[in-house]
Amino acid sequence: MKILTGNDLKSGAVTWWDGTEWSLHVEDAVDVGEHADPVIAREQAARRVTGAYAIDAARDAQGIRPAHIKERIRALGPTVRPDLTLKPADPEAGNWVI
Amino acid sequence: MYKYDQYDQAMVDARVEEFRDQVRRRLDGSLAEEAFRPLRLMNGLYLQLHAYMLRVAVPYGTLNSVQMRALGDIADKYDRGYGHFTTRQNIQYNWIKLEEAPDLLADLAKVEMHAIQTSGNCIRNTTSDQFAGAAADEVIDPRPYAELIRQWSTFHPEFSFLPRKFKMAVIASSTDRAAMRLHDIGIEIVRNAAGEIGAAFYVGGGMGRTPMIAPCINAFVPIDQMITYSEACLRVYNRYGRRDNKYKARIKILVHELGKDEYTRQVEEEFAHLLTQGIEPPLAELERIQAHFADPAFETGLSDAIDRTDPDFALWVDRNTHPHKQPGYAIVSISLKPVGGIPGDASADQIRVMGDLALRYSFDELRVTHTQNIVLPHVKQADLYALWQVLQANDLAAANIDRIGDIIACPGLDYCTLANARSIPVAQKISERMAAKEQEIGELKLKISGCINACGHHHAGHIGILGVDRKGVENYQLLLGGCEGADTSLGQITGPGFDEDGIVGAVERATDFYLAQRADGERFLDTYRRIGMAPFKEAIYG
Repeated sequence: MKILTGNDLKSGAVTWWDGTEWSLHVEDAVDVGEHADPVIAREQAARRVTGAYAIDAARDAQGIRPAHIKERIRALGPTVRPDLTLKPADPEAGNWVI
Repeated sequence: MYKYDQYDQAMVDARVEEFRDQVRRRLDGSLAEEAFRPLRLMNGLYLQLHAYMLRVAVPYGTLNSVQMRALGDIADKYDRGYGHFTTRQNIQYNWIKLEEAPDLLADLAKVEMHAIQTSGNCIRNTTSDQFAGAAADEVIDPRPYAELIRQWSTFHPEFSFLPRKFKMAVIASSTDRAAMRLHDIGIEIVRNAAGEIGAAFYVGGGMGRTPMIAPCINAFVPIDQMITYSEACLRVYNRYGRRDNKYKARIKILVHELGKDEYTRQVEEEFAHLLTQGIEPPLAELERIQAHFADPAFETGLSDAIDRTDPDFALWVDRNTHPHKQPGYAIVSISLKPVGGIPGDASADQIRVMGDLALRYSFDELRVTHTQNIVLPHVKQADLYALWQVLQANDLAAANIDRIGDIIACPGLDYCTLANARSIPVAQKISERMAAKEQEIGELKLKISGCINACGHHHAGHIGILGVDRKGVENYQLLLGGCEGADTSLGQITGPGFDEDGIVGAVERATDFYLAQRADGERFLDTYRRIGMAPFKEAIYG
């Protein structure tokens, strides 16, 4: 599947396209198939996101998992600072990245 | 240290307001990202893996306590309570909001700091010897010359759009503590047989995907022509450096392709022309700058004797202090590399504590080192124990300078969009695995980069590690034999790479082999240079 990611223009936070708006959580991402470009153009023009692009991902038992480790790190946060990730209470969350 | 005059302050304040307006226009849609991106980069603001990242310039690594405390406060106010000291003697914040960036820059300007020219194809922050003004072995304090370069290069209209970024380093002792020959221009301030001060120019060094050691193109440029000669070096590069291929755009490629002799000939020709133009700053300006770097009021008649009965303190003194030019004083290195820690990271509280210690014990001065540590340059020997106790209480007393735990590591794939692999977890695992053997091993400089851009200086490590991407999986190449000192050398790849756990084992096998092979007094690098790669390779791969 293809999902969209980018950064919130004001805060820089990593965001994922959920079909309506941009979510902080990759599990909210939707498959945009071949329709990435018009969504990116519209959302960037509206300044709701910056640096948006499409990536490969797959859906497994735990939800949506980006294909590349770089995007999985973006989705969770730095593996060396669990306290700064989106799941600070789960010290094992980094295993999902690797 | 240097204090801004009215012109410095006015320039920085104006830049803050200019950027504030640019951010406003970006947020209201007047500026598209394509137009805004180079503007934010000129102010050190990157869009990194998780958020905007701000790189703050620390000119030649020198700070006072007010500035250091401000850096800690900024970490709390605008970031997530920490900062990352870099191999360019700067500090980076990883979680900056665009809408708050102008206020952050305004706070920096209040303490005579900025982020100008910490990105872009311009002359970046000039680095220097972290022991400048304190080392017993220096010809002269190199910082006034670095400051002169800062003033010359800031907003230099001819060099604001170079083919590629440009890094300069200035040292003034034969012991190179700034990796001088791995810069685009490395300057060593020297004294000739007649006692005159001059500048030896090394041009065309660098790391990255094509590492090169800068050759000396002129062993003695009279010091009152240093800026003119620098201008000539830059002008030839700006004229002929490649702009069609960013991977071949650094000056090292130009010097290599033209050849040192032809590049030098062109520089000398340009230099002769520039001498007729009178561009060198007047001597009075250098003297004005030098007055800011006068020695502090050292006490005289002090003893170097200290009480070494506490073994942990004695070990720290042996590892983390260095000879000072003034009897009774020491240069102190504060390691930002606790066992298992993140190299170069410091919490807001730790940053403020180091600022306070500088005020109390080091004539209000600190230095950031290219090895991602902090230096207090002027500490009385009699104050070392009290200082060490405060450092201990704040997890800043690791006794490991230039040991295997004193690892340089770039932010890697945990933070950086360019990285192919994570650097920090590898550093943490090596640090933990090797801690028990650290003192037995002795001097060993280990450096890790998460991609070929080599921000972690892996080419210059006695042991270097380069993270690469192999079909979406992190892989780590091992290099041996690099060195950044006066005998600069580039590390050689040992062979096939390793996974994250494998590279830790490979480092351990290399160091175990060294311990078995070393002759009396040999460092890891000495043994490697004596016996060569082959036996190490056999020990590593079996």
